[in-house]
Amino acid sequence: MSLSLPPPRRRALAAAALPLALLASGCAYLEGGTNQAADPGSADCAPFREWQDIGGEVEIYASIRDEEGEATQAAWADFESCTGIDIAYEGSGEFEAQIQVKVDGGNAPDIAIFPQPGLLARFVESGDALALPAPVRERAEEGYSEDWLGYVTHGGELYGTPFGANVKSIVWYSPRFFAAEGYEVPETWDAMVELSDRMVDDGFTPWCAGIESGEATGWPVTDWLENAVLREHGPEVYDQWVAHEIPFDDPRIVDSLDRVGDILRNPEYVGDVQSIATTSQQDAGLPILDEECGMYLIGSFYSSNWPEGTDISEDGDVFTFNLPAIDEEVGTPVLGGGEFAAAFADRPEVVAVQEYLASADYADRRARAGSWFSAHRELDLEALHNPHDRFGAELLREPGTDFRWDGGDSMPAAVGSGTFWRGMTNWINGDGTGEVLAYVEQSWPS
Amino acid sequence: MAFDPLSELPKLVYLVIAVAAFLAVVGVLLLVVDHGPRSRRDWWQALCFLGPAGALLLAGLVYPVLRTTLLSFRDRAGTGWVGWENYAWMFTQPEIVLVLRNTLLWVLFAPALATGIGLVYAVLVDRSRHEAVAKSLLFMPMAISFVGASIIWRFVYTHRPADEPQIGLLNQLVVVFGGSPRQWLLTEPLNTLLLIVVLVWIQAGFAMVVQSAAIKAVPAEITEAARIDGVNPWQMFWRVTLPMIWPTVAVVLITISVQTLKVFDIVRTMTGGQFGTSVIANEMYNQAFRYGELGQGSALAVFLFVLVIPLVLIQIRNLRRTREAQ
Repeated sequence: MSLSLPPPRRRALAAAALPLALLASGCAYLEGGTNQAADPGSADCAPFREWQDIGGEVEIYASIRDEEGEATQAAWADFESCTGIDIAYEGSGEFEAQIQVKVDGGNAPDIAIFPQPGLLARFVESGDALALPAPVRERAEEGYSEDWLGYVTHGGELYGTPFGANVKSIVWYSPRFFAAEGYEVPETWDAMVELSDRMVDDGFTPWCAGIESGEATGWPVTDWLENAVLREHGPEVYDQWVAHEIPFDDPRIVDSLDRVGDILRNPEYVGDVQSIATTSQQDAGLPILDEECGMYLIGSFYSSNWPEGTDISEDGDVFTFNLPAIDEEVGTPVLGGGEFAAAFADRPEVVAVQEYLASADYADRRARAGSWFSAHRELDLEALHNPHDRFGAELLREPGTDFRWDGGDSMPAAVGSGTFWRGMTNWINGDGTGEVLAYVEQSWPS
Repeated sequence: MAFDPLSELPKLVYLVIAVAAFLAVVGVLLLVVDHGPRSRRDWWQALCFLGPAGALLLAGLVYPVLRTTLLSFRDRAGTGWVGWENYAWMFTQPEIVLVLRNTLLWVLFAPALATGIGLVYAVLVDRSRHEAVAKSLLFMPMAISFVGASIIWRFVYTHRPADEPQIGLLNQLVVVFGGSPRQWLLTEPLNTLLLIVVLVWIQAGFAMVVQSAAIKAVPAEITEAARIDGVNPWQMFWRVTLPMIWPTVAVVLITISVQTLKVFDIVRTMTGGQFGTSVIANEMYNQAFRYGELGQGSALAVFLFVLVIPLVLIQIRNLRRTREAQ
């Protein structure tokens, strides 16, 4: 038929057909090349029997990148090759903003790993995130305590399975330096202040501080304040404060922030207060190694910031102690955080991956792949990479421990990742305690 | 890690696909044009060639504008109507009022400074011996992206305690002249002015080049006549050069003003909007994407849009006028 066309038409047709052919062959090339599965019958594949015969591809989107992102993927590599389920992983530094864009654009990932339960709650409210199917829910309830699951329970339904965990109520110090100077790990807040004074008398700077973190500048101070509230007034007051049942600038909160101010805004303790806001929180703890400052309050995730070869152990270069109690009756509740895996699809392969991520087997493999721990009840402590992860995992596991999630993560984002950080930054720069807390209070969305 | 061309193959295939898809679209379009009706052929062709651009404009500009405007009257999740509440919030919340003030500072200072510096520089180096070198010196920052320039300037403003060696240029100068180092980016409203310097640094080159071309286009008869009449250089500038190039100056001013209203990268890179330096574009991003306050973010976006419109209108009118003059 095309033969009957006059020559220019034929050329035009060819011009249109050639790219189409290229298009088709290019797409065909990309379709092919699935990874060769391991022998499904082998002993290595035994833990994955129940998920074989499903196949398919699952997209996971998370904020975990670089080395940690690689370890996250390495831990499910055997799952992939034994079940034939492909996991397409994307880690992004802009997760918090991009997940909204992806979901709004009808481009939601199958599974997203949320670092903040408050952010996940937004998608539960909008109806985008799906409640856990019964088999996943069972596994989650088997593996994790109610403290953890409570943060992702909405209207009686569970919306996520806990993933990694971190502990934020700990203080980094150098056991080597403490031993050399005859300092002892303090058992009470007052003892900690006394120790600080002693360090000052000995000519040392007791506290490291730095809160610069790009647009998140200020967050390390929110950890300080949350810890102080939790230890001074107890978990109940803390919960009311986070849920905004008491005003953000309640007199009790003012007390706690002043208590933090006695340390962080004390030039004898931290050196130049003015430079805290421009010192990166990632670098601020490193002077501990050179004995330029003594203690640094920051989460367990800081362990990846130490230079290679640093001995992180109870009598090594650096280690952590539990932030001591202010009030004996309250004790030392654990402040921490972590991630939750939530699903936006319910295809069988997605459910299979959800089930697997909630299992102890994944937790163990992930722990073996690199510095990491979770709150899973059956996590094998022997699999943990270093004594410090073990310290954190044991804190979470201690019977009778009150665990509280970092409050900023469950506040409305406009406060929790906006005015709370900004307010604390202004406070470090000299604004009054009452003034700053009132500023955060008035910014709370009605 | 060594570069392995084979592992990059999928990317190349994507590239081929993209180019092929583009060619396919063009090919199909040409075929369609070719097979159109015999009557009203020019209309058919116009429709085929303008259609895709028009459709993209509708999908990429008109629809988002309408949707954003609608969203600005809705609540946080974009579901319920709230009337003018988001706009009322914008002008009453102290934090946002500060953002509006900062944007005003930017618009007042940045375009005027960049255009002024560019103009003075253009006049000073005009017909001098090293004009080409002098011009390229000022023009060079134009080649640096806003983010790159911000990182450079963040180093300039860096602060180290007085007992340590300074790594920031500005503080080193202060120390050399006997002062003590300061935290430049922490004090309001000085920090906003220091951020404006970055934009001026980038845009002055653009202003200089365009205005220099305009100066050179001033007819020699006019300047010669003025010289014979005995003007001094001062009068020459105010009475002859400036009136002659005024349309160009206006275009430069407006172009930089639009740039300034949209400024985002500099603030986000240098301070992240902390220390009271946030501007509308930055706050809009924060509200809509980081805080999930879709309504409030949209209201800020609409306000920014409304601010830009008059500038664009003036620009279009100027353009039309010069075209008519030709």
